[in-house]
Amino acid sequence: MKTLRILLAGVCLALAGQAWALIETYDFSSPQLEARYQQLSEELRCPKCQNQNIADSNAPIAQDLRKLLHQQLEAGASDDEILDYMSDRYGEFVRYRPRFGGTTVFLWLAPLLLLLAAIGVLLISLRSRADTGAADGSVLTEQEQARIQRLLDKTEQDS
Amino acid sequence: MAPRIKLFLPLFLFALLAIVLFRGLFLDPSEMPSALIDRPLPAFTLPELGGAQQLSRDDVTGQVALLNVWATWCVSCRVEHPYLQQLADAGIPIYGLNYKDNDSAAQGWLDELGNPYRLVIADRDGTLGLDLGVYGAPETYLLDANGVVRYRHVGVVNEDVWQTILEPLYLQLNQGQVAP
Repeated sequence: MKTLRILLAGVCLALAGQAWALIETYDFSSPQLEARYQQLSEELRCPKCQNQNIADSNAPIAQDLRKLLHQQLEAGASDDEILDYMSDRYGEFVRYRPRFGGTTVFLWLAPLLLLLAAIGVLLISLRSRADTGAADGSVLTEQEQARIQRLLDKTEQDS
Repeated sequence: MAPRIKLFLPLFLFALLAIVLFRGLFLDPSEMPSALIDRPLPAFTLPELGGAQQLSRDDVTGQVALLNVWATWCVSCRVEHPYLQQLADAGIPIYGLNYKDNDSAAQGWLDELGNPYRLVIADRDGTLGLDLGVYGAPETYLLDANGVVRYRHVGVVNEDVWQTILEPLYLQLNQGQVAP
């Protein structure tokens, strides 16, 4: 029991590590700017440590980009202007929600295409199951029905 | 006939997946195309390392050249340095971008290890680095005679990288410049 408690405490501490990730803090002139900062820093991807956003990463480049983000927000840039500025320099890669168009068309449409393909496969397999129902002998033809009826009638007469 | 094909469908899908994943084993996920390819080197005004003059875009363009992003805090740059020196000795124009570094440390490095650069731009705050989309060091950009970025290599430039990637492009760009 005691070891379990220690283990649990260890797990809690490990999870708490998430809370330390962001070290520097910025002062914002308005809460709206701060909210946009949070949202944008989660949407921008760190170019160096590729599967983290810049809010989570402590790589020097992520720190620089956070600083830049803060400066641009305070300077009154719109979300689109900031995202364009970033992707001009680091490519579409830097956005977790890339713009629709060019090479990202497939990325955006792939889920839809896969869904359509899955529905197509489902329809085809259902239809072929309905078709093969008669051919593989599981459904009786009229002749077979008549024959069964004859046999049944015959057994009834015999008894 | 149709059911038999269906029987092989899982095998076929497996083979397809295996090919895709096998190829993935040899891809370098850190290799990203630069957003700057075929676009001109961004304009800048930054001091020269160890010099009094301000450098601008015109100082490092005009011929096919390499622009090498380096710093004294970058361990791989030390690995790369002797080969850059070799290239410089062979007459390849190389410009340095000292990225987010301390000037005196950088000067000490050049004094100690030799200076392969025609000029070194001191980008103390990484502003030009940001405009270039630098996300680490070393990075090496190949510029054509008009100062347009033609290629970006992330990581150490060694003999293999030079001979298989950079040199063919370098020669091609130089030829294109002579012909018309």
